[in-house]
Amino acid sequence: MARIIVVTSGKGGVGKTTSSAAIGTGLAQRGHSTVIIDFDVGLRNLDLIMGCERRVVYDFVNVINGEATLNQALIKDKRTEGLFILPASQTRDKDALTEEGVSKVLEELKERFDYIVCDSPAGIEKGAQMALYFADEAIVVTNPEVSSVRDSDRILGILQSKSLRAREGQEPVKEHLLVTRYNPARVSAGEMLSVADVEEILAIPLLGVIPESQDVLKASNQGEPVILNADAQAGQAYSDAVDRLLGEDRAHRFLDEQKQGFLKRLLGGGRG
Amino acid sequence: MSTPDFLLKGSTVTVVVLELHQYDSEAFPSLLSERVARAPGLFQGSPVVISLESLRAESDAVNLAGMLDHCRDQGLRPIAFRAVPEGLQDKAAQTGLAVLPPGGGRGRSIEVPAEEPAPDLEVHTEQQPVTAGRPTRTITRPVRSGQQIYAEGGDLIVLAPVSEGAEVLADGNIHIYGPLRGRALAGVHGDASARIFCQHMDAELISVAGHFLLSDALGDTVLRKPAQVALDGDVLSVSAL
Repeated sequence: MARIIVVTSGKGGVGKTTSSAAIGTGLAQRGHSTVIIDFDVGLRNLDLIMGCERRVVYDFVNVINGEATLNQALIKDKRTEGLFILPASQTRDKDALTEEGVSKVLEELKERFDYIVCDSPAGIEKGAQMALYFADEAIVVTNPEVSSVRDSDRILGILQSKSLRAREGQEPVKEHLLVTRYNPARVSAGEMLSVADVEEILAIPLLGVIPESQDVLKASNQGEPVILNADAQAGQAYSDAVDRLLGEDRAHRFLDEQKQGFLKRLLGGGRG
Repeated sequence: MSTPDFLLKGSTVTVVVLELHQYDSEAFPSLLSERVARAPGLFQGSPVVISLESLRAESDAVNLAGMLDHCRDQGLRPIAFRAVPEGLQDKAAQTGLAVLPPGGGRGRSIEVPAEEPAPDLEVHTEQQPVTAGRPTRTITRPVRSGQQIYAEGGDLIVLAPVSEGAEVLADGNIHIYGPLRGRALAGVHGDASARIFCQHMDAELISVAGHFLLSDALGDTVLRKPAQVALDGDVLSVSAL
């Protein structure tokens, strides 16, 4: 049975699309057929992060409106076997997402894929609500700062009250906390909340902590999910998170400030 | 997502309880009418529960159906029997009225204009739950920012955190076993005796019966510690537990 996973946050710019791309790719790398859907109608980004922007012909809204078939709209990822992208429409707005339309497309996707990753837009309005409505699991992306934590708290409340599972009184949506842009040095300096602080406030299980890194920005600009960069700490952290999502036990890494070796410091090595 | 046609809810209503000590089919009608005549407005058409808890007479001899007729003649509306003795169970069932278990004796006599109280008959009002229902509301999942939980008519128990930007309200007391970081308002319909109890006091706002305090008024003795909030006259006091 296919699992629908929403990647959401409330607040914008915390790394939802980067995380959707990385986690979707990670699931496909492990042999699970996966589709990532961009729910950010009007502010399409996922195609850029996945490096398939030039191959978008039809989109999610076209499929909802019956103007294209799923096969026409799905873009097959060229790097990872079993990975597909369903891009958002850039020329429409969130009203194009209807409950019946989204439900119909998801039902069709469920028959073909093991995992359906829904990349939610920011905010708590219609687009975000449609993205989380059908979810079985939710990955709540949070930056270690107070406004992001509060917005995540808000979206967790919406998951518990407005998702299909909540409305129909089924088993609640399974929640995961993904802390991104984590900088242990700034935590030590008291400029950022610690993972423990965030966990205490949100009170949901920790899926992973992604260190703040230039590699993430570079990967986004190159249209290559950072998880494909096995040398980067952020890539490794996403890999661990995907393993945990699949139920494996992985110790959390990159939580403490790195003690740079003397030589490394001298030579200016070391990754950001 | 359709709206149901009806809801089954627990509720509490005040009814007149007719506590029968002994039953004399000859004397009963006149005693009752004498009693009712003293306060006709109070008893006219009012629902009555007939309590047989302190019935002394040989219980098999009581003609329940006849007694109900006498009550109805006086304008009372019997709705149920309470604490029916063994020997009368069948007769009570035949009348078609509900049969309630014995009450807790919380009744209080109705003030009837002074005159010698009739020894055979006492009238009480009592809170009698009509269907099973608990006014306390228990929440086990976190109350998130933007959510509002209201325990109408009773207490609220939260076994999880109350986040910043969340609001919990109750007509009665509020108990919070996770950290309280949001707003808690007890006694929202004016119950000045309501209190707030919490394990970790870090509230944005606390209020009892409309008197409120903001977080900056919380001192170090209670901040992030187990605490209770109560109204002391017109002043809201927060004390460590």
